[in-house]
Amino acid sequence: MMKLSLGPILWFWSKQSVFDFYGKAAEWPVDTIYLGEAVCSRRRELKPDDWFDLARDLKACGKDVVLSTQTLIESEADLRRLRRICDQNEFVVEANDQSALQVAIQNGIPFVTGPSMNIYNVATLKVLAKQGLKGWNLPVELGKETLNQLIEGLKAESLDLPAEVFAWGFLPLAWSSRCFTARHYNLPKDNCEFRCIEHPDGMELRSRESQELFRLNGISTLSGSRYDLMHELPEMERMGVSTVRLSPEHQGMDAVVQRFDQVRRGEAPATDPLQLVEAPPCNGYWYGKPGMDLVGS
Amino acid sequence: MELVCPAGSLPALKTAVDNGADAVYFGFRDSTNARQFAGLNFNDKRAGEGIEYAHSKGSRVFCAINTYPQPDGWEQWKGAVDRAASLGVDAIILADMGLLDYAANKYPHIPRHLSVQGSATSYEALSFYKDNFDIRRAVLPRVLSLDQVRGVAKHSPVELEVFAFGSLCIMAEGRCYLSSYLTDESPNTRGACSPAKAVRWQETPQGLESRLNDVLIDRYGPGESAGYPTLCKGRFEVEGSVYHAIEEPVSLSTLDMLPNLKELGISAVKIEGRQRSPAYIADVARTWRHALDNLEARPDDYKVDPAWRNILSGLSEGGLTTLGAYHRKWK
Repeated sequence: MMKLSLGPILWFWSKQSVFDFYGKAAEWPVDTIYLGEAVCSRRRELKPDDWFDLARDLKACGKDVVLSTQTLIESEADLRRLRRICDQNEFVVEANDQSALQVAIQNGIPFVTGPSMNIYNVATLKVLAKQGLKGWNLPVELGKETLNQLIEGLKAESLDLPAEVFAWGFLPLAWSSRCFTARHYNLPKDNCEFRCIEHPDGMELRSRESQELFRLNGISTLSGSRYDLMHELPEMERMGVSTVRLSPEHQGMDAVVQRFDQVRRGEAPATDPLQLVEAPPCNGYWYGKPGMDLVGS
Repeated sequence: MELVCPAGSLPALKTAVDNGADAVYFGFRDSTNARQFAGLNFNDKRAGEGIEYAHSKGSRVFCAINTYPQPDGWEQWKGAVDRAASLGVDAIILADMGLLDYAANKYPHIPRHLSVQGSATSYEALSFYKDNFDIRRAVLPRVLSLDQVRGVAKHSPVELEVFAFGSLCIMAEGRCYLSSYLTDESPNTRGACSPAKAVRWQETPQGLESRLNDVLIDRYGPGESAGYPTLCKGRFEVEGSVYHAIEEPVSLSTLDMLPNLKELGISAVKIEGRQRSPAYIADVARTWRHALDNLEARPDDYKVDPAWRNILSGLSEGGLTTLGAYHRKWK
């Protein structure tokens, strides 16, 4: 049976909200939980030790815990935090940029790659496998055809590298040195007043025709529509996908996990609709179309 | 510091060389490079002529193969590396780890430069590429502040090239999927951002509208000058306000900080714009040649000539330039 994972929380939530969220997640039928701040170096509601404690607690609850690294590394302070995450031998690390690859490889710790890692072909996977790669995420902009070729290619090379697919949530699409939340409030990035915390699922960016295009979330830009591959789970299973990733939202996540769990067990019709925070659904990338498209509705 | 100029065509290449480029970079006429535009770029014959011309004038030539091949494109991209090698280029600019590995093993003698699309923003990331593929040089993404560039340069295991002038990408390059989210092409997959095939202009009672795959990117009132609808430079609505929520249409220019870049030991400054005309290339190359020569001749007394600034402003998006992320306050 395919595994379910909870990706790292991409939004800025209060410490209490984070603890509450994972307190509940400990009881959910997810196999793997990715922990850590993957977006902005200024988000420090949880200190490194808080993350480690949380990781141990969740591990004790039977979860596979992976520590996620920051996607855009810019400063020496960012590197210090990265080294802290890689300076341990209890947990696998999710490398979200090439700095993390280097530090994980140097430290000889097991690592997987997140969806922002530039993996587009088997030759790249071979290079990383030689260095200790234990699993990988498909970049969000790639679809089933490419994934199938990658999985078949790995088989041909006799490489056992489990593939994970981002299957539900707002898609992380870009990272900038600029903070778009601070820009919206006319605040300098270095004195941003941590306004992201007021937007636990980002700020909607719409066209002047009110089309939901993106969600601004600090330095990152996410999709305006929610990616939803629930209907594709049977196909993923046939293809040999190992893990399906759900991206945390602060409301209704228990229902999302439950539904995906049922579908992977073949217990609920994959056509049952799921209604949550208001956002249009999309699945275009999976079909090789513009990401915002919805195919088959 | 070396001046590296773009060449989208043979005339542009010759113009860049004639106007002082130490090196020019080009791509093949397909999606193996990050400036895939109709009618632009080189076939093997033209590339051969360009290389011969540049070499005869003492300039070097780099070939950009800096998009990410998927399995069904692997042979084509690998073939592009073979073509570049047999043409005798002075370096290949690569982003994909698989291709870097291929080039490092098959053509160890041809220098490999890490493209800005390789998303290396720290010296640890540069060390990854150096250790695994023995890259000689890396182009830094346009997201770092000058202080951050200083930090990278201090510990960098390879030569560094930074962007000096041209279009400003404000997202970390190599991992921006905004374009493929609205259209079906991105810089990584097809070498295109906000591709021309998806652009539509329309006069409406509300004004001139620019659309990308039907998404309204901007609407211009009377007297407003309209720019290409690069999706991150449109005007959008966030919580009731309409503004350039991501970035204004401006160009990057680092003319003012050349002495800083030199002091940091930066090896080369790069001009963006293989999609630009030879006339544009001539003006930009000549201006930067003057600036670099001036810096070389009087390192302690470098001043930006107002004439240079005028020329570059006239060639910039919206007539404006910015120091971009190099200047901390921009963020």
